[in-house]
Amino acid sequence: MAPILQSSQPWVEKYRPKKVKDVAHQDEVVRVLTNTLETANCPHMLFYGPPGIGKTTTALAIAHQLFGPELYKSRVLELNASDDRGINVVRTKIKNFAAVAVGSGQHQGSYPCPPFKIIILDEADSMTEDAQNALRRTMETYSKVTRFFFICNYISRIIEPLASRCAKFRFKSLSEEIMSSRILHICDEEGLTLDEEALSTLSSVSQGDLRRAITYLQGAARLFGSSISSKDLINVSGVIPQEVVGALYAACKSGDFDLANKEVNNVIYEGYPVSQMLNQLFEVVVEADDISDEQKARICKTFAEADKCLVDGADEYLQLLDVASSIIRSLCNMPQEFSYEN
Amino acid sequence: MLWVDKYRPKTLDQVIVHQDIALNLKKLVAEQDCPHLLFYGPSGSGKKTLIMALLRQIFGPSAAKGKVENRAWKIDVGTRSIDLELTTVSSTNHVELCPSDVGFQDRYIVQEIIKEMAKNRPIDTKGKRGYKVLVLYEVDKLSREAQHSLRRTMEKYSSYCRLILCCNSSSKVTEAIRSRCLNVRINSPTDEQIVKVLEFIGKKEGLQVPSGFAARIADKSQRSLRRAILLFETCRVQQYPFTVNQAIPPMDWEEYISEIASDVMREQSPKRLFQVRGKLYELLTNCIPPEIILKRLLYELLRKLDEELKHEICHWAAYYEHRMHMGQKAIFHLEAFVAKFMSIYKAFLIATFG
Repeated sequence: MAPILQSSQPWVEKYRPKKVKDVAHQDEVVRVLTNTLETANCPHMLFYGPPGIGKTTTALAIAHQLFGPELYKSRVLELNASDDRGINVVRTKIKNFAAVAVGSGQHQGSYPCPPFKIIILDEADSMTEDAQNALRRTMETYSKVTRFFFICNYISRIIEPLASRCAKFRFKSLSEEIMSSRILHICDEEGLTLDEEALSTLSSVSQGDLRRAITYLQGAARLFGSSISSKDLINVSGVIPQEVVGALYAACKSGDFDLANKEVNNVIYEGYPVSQMLNQLFEVVVEADDISDEQKARICKTFAEADKCLVDGADEYLQLLDVASSIIRSLCNMPQEFSYEN
Repeated sequence: MLWVDKYRPKTLDQVIVHQDIALNLKKLVAEQDCPHLLFYGPSGSGKKTLIMALLRQIFGPSAAKGKVENRAWKIDVGTRSIDLELTTVSSTNHVELCPSDVGFQDRYIVQEIIKEMAKNRPIDTKGKRGYKVLVLYEVDKLSREAQHSLRRTMEKYSSYCRLILCCNSSSKVTEAIRSRCLNVRINSPTDEQIVKVLEFIGKKEGLQVPSGFAARIADKSQRSLRRAILLFETCRVQQYPFTVNQAIPPMDWEEYISEIASDVMREQSPKRLFQVRGKLYELLTNCIPPEIILKRLLYELLRKLDEELKHEICHWAAYYEHRMHMGQKAIFHLEAFVAKFMSIYKAFLIATFG
């Protein structure tokens, strides 16, 4: 086993792009922001999109590029969900920060240093509605000296008045090629070997989330040394092996309740997360050729219900058993309505 | 000392059941560094044991000597301040706590303690700055806000501290946290592995274990090693030398639930329901968690029912268990399930036998 260069930093942080132009795949945003760098002016911004595709990275990069390391502290306020962010923070911290005027644009070395401050609100969708409402006026009053960058996963959780004050940018999911090239770049830097199969496994298990892919890669590298196979990646990613999913599905198909119950028990004892199980079972059901659309629809409905219950904190065993039982009923064309209900 | 504690593996080398995982963990910390870790698996599978062994591997024997402390925090939240108390176990290099104990204010604890740890980083003999490990138990019971607040904190303070999270089901841990950790799945030991451990303990204790006896305990233990060892010790106290067909005492609450199950199978009436309520209360006041009661009851009922009723009953069990989480008082939902069962079963009996 070749020695691996270890650093205490997670690779996710280590390989975070430092410049806006290095951000992969988000051409539109990059174009606007590069323009910002030249003209030293920008609107309020709202970045949204699925996790792990570079929203926070972009915001941090632009802030660094605008102000440089020296002024960064005084010009940029970074708030995220780990900091307390109720209405009080908006009233005091953000207001105080926004209220102090800045000197007009003198260039500091090679940095443009425009005459405004930046407030980055990461994970803005977890802000309370009250806090968001309190922001509305603040944004307008201090618009001369501050620019807000909101970052969120779900734009629907941002109240409309805030969203309408910002230039919105949707971050696209990363395509497989982009991910592969990024992963290979990291492999080169870290001295890892990754074969073709492992690479495609990695992009499929991480589902377009580059951060997840890198975390898996680092985990696998730590555990299994410098040459990583696709099996190792499945091992660290928490994806359930296809055999286990297949066994449960086959048990359901046989129509035998006790057999299905045994498989469900097995899944629970093996410690597989049930939400993951539902996802993978869902794929199996949707791709199956031998069941009718109506059956598929029925099964998917129970998946949805079970998923909601799991989010609410219901017991995993009972939910999975319920799903299994309803798959049996759908596949074996038993009546959907219970006969003895009333 | 109970055998469960006495024979708990102290180091990663002594681990019998999860040897492959132990080996991997050892590799992981070989460079004196580790990523954030998330251990998940059913109870009694050895998560805590592995975590303690891992800490020992990283920090040496000092990690095992934890100091139990009841600490109080005073946290300023804008206008008011919140007083919180929590029991922690700490050594120079690690802190263990179970943040869900403080209920809905858990998020303050998590932020506060991590920031505190970041402030006083340990420095090793070479003057190199080390890191501390924060072990959080029952992460799946953390509120959504607390989990949210963990995510950025984990990144921000990653050079000062490593988190080891431990939970039963990783479904209840948000995706954001899972993606920041190296997930380690700990499966329940198989029956064979349990037998192996029991035989190992038997040998150490100098006991004669008849063949097949350990296998029967393993069968009863529902793949929980802790329960198997406890059962084994109970048997030892009850009768020694062991005989091949010695009865293995079931848990008394399980016995009690199976009684309830046969009660409701025998008669379905409001009067019986009233009696069952008394029994359910009895179980609840003895601190048996309501989910466990419901699951066990379902297990007992499923053993006795006809195939066609099973689907229906398991659906309603899932339904009422979900309700139980949404609601406040567990007894309502347990009773509702029993009543539902009675009505279904009665209808079934009438339809079948007239």
